[in-house]
Amino acid sequence: METLLQSWQLVAARDPALLQIVGLSLYVSLTASFLAACIGIPLGAALAIWSFPGRGVLVVLSTSLMALPPVVVGLSVYLLLSRAGPLGNLGLLFTPGAMIIAQTILIAPIILALTREAVLPLRREYDALLLSVDAGPLLRLKTLIWDARFGVMTAILAGFGRALAEVGAVLIVGGNINGLTRVMTTTIALETSKGNLELALALGVILLAIAISVNALIHGLARFGRRYEATR
Amino acid sequence: MNLRITLLLKATVLCLLATQTLAQEKFFVLASTTSTQNSGLFDVILPIFTAETGIQVRVVAVGTGQALRIARNGDADALLVHHRPSEDAFIAQGYGIERRDIMYNDFVIVGPANDPANVRSAPDAPSALAMIANSGASFASRGDDSGTNKKEIELWRAAGITPKGAWYLETGSGMGATLNLASARQIYTLTDRGTWITFGNKGGMKLLFSGDKALFNPYGYILVDPKRFPHVKVDMARAFSDWLISGEGQKAIGDFRIEGFQAFCPNALNLAAEVADRAACPAEAD
Repeated sequence: METLLQSWQLVAARDPALLQIVGLSLYVSLTASFLAACIGIPLGAALAIWSFPGRGVLVVLSTSLMALPPVVVGLSVYLLLSRAGPLGNLGLLFTPGAMIIAQTILIAPIILALTREAVLPLRREYDALLLSVDAGPLLRLKTLIWDARFGVMTAILAGFGRALAEVGAVLIVGGNINGLTRVMTTTIALETSKGNLELALALGVILLAIAISVNALIHGLARFGRRYEATR
Repeated sequence: MNLRITLLLKATVLCLLATQTLAQEKFFVLASTTSTQNSGLFDVILPIFTAETGIQVRVVAVGTGQALRIARNGDADALLVHHRPSEDAFIAQGYGIERRDIMYNDFVIVGPANDPANVRSAPDAPSALAMIANSGASFASRGDDSGTNKKEIELWRAAGITPKGAWYLETGSGMGATLNLASARQIYTLTDRGTWITFGNKGGMKLLFSGDKALFNPYGYILVDPKRFPHVKVDMARAFSDWLISGEGQKAIGDFRIEGFQAFCPNALNLAAEVADRAACPAEAD
């Protein structure tokens, strides 16, 4: 705690814009996590529930995409959003929007694959029951996602952690513009490149503290939820 | 549910576009180099310009090579870079217009304080590099197609040496990362003076050689040609260009100090002043 306070003071003294940088980091990574969850959770659950030709290929593909290097994602999104690229007219390059898109692509496969892992054992358990009540596909999807919700939450947190920690993608598509697209990780990289190693490390401590807070908050909510259910 | 998700996604895309248009105040994108950014120059001069004109300058700081590529894709409205041959090629190929001299500083050779290759006694910059190569000392190169890297390659060519071998380390990174490596291993490298003065992790390294004309490091400002890319904000980019070469802009650059040392020497006003200044500018610092 003392280290954290010292880090904060060290950084705040050097960079009064720190709060804005922290805020942007959270805004970008939380939005990307939300979008990636909207894509990854239903797809991951669907992959766990239904078998169809080519499913094995999709499963291997989605788990492999977890290994996507952020720089590669950044580069692809850069080429997509560049004025010379297909979506250049949107003018999104070097804006927070571009950073959100890149992080969404980066973490959707993580959320998808981990959701599938969480839903898979439940599907075996519930199959007979869901068949007996003649549940439609939408009901099956909803039921299984809801019952796997704690596993799904871990999936979202894993994605959020990856988004908050990555630097390669946001650096390329955001450009690390002061006051506009500068986030925690790109600031750490910048300060390291200036040789301000203590300052960079202090920023790292703050980043870690934020990650711990968000995780603790969500785990607290989950525990509360479990207890609430037990008392019902 | 699928419908709801599609709606949600559509809403989010709209939000993304909205943040983009909301931020559509007056701004343009300037692709520039890490040396100008890391020195802190922009932190001092941009607020003055923005206060006067209401135009926000969004600086993307990368190596000169990458800055030129960004501009070639139409992703920047102007350039402030430091490699004259590449700048001239950029204009000749029809990507840029209205190049202006803005300022200069110089490159310096830094290395371990005990100077095993004795570059302190070198008569000129190419000989200094040759002495490093011949003495068995190591050299850290940017290896990233930046302006500093291009300058270094020119110097090796002038020295008649093809740098190769275990003693020649290509970091493939920015100036700061390269200086961090050179400092950790106590080896030589070439850096611009501004980055060297601000660099916080010198760790026993010293400025060992400077002052050769070949180390002159001029910065040029170029507008991206609106005939090639109709979307570029040429008016705002030109307003900044005009401000940079105005008496006020030049004074702001000349007044900028890093730890008491002048880091950039304005040279847009007139040649006579430049020649008179060059003896004293940039100030020696180690």
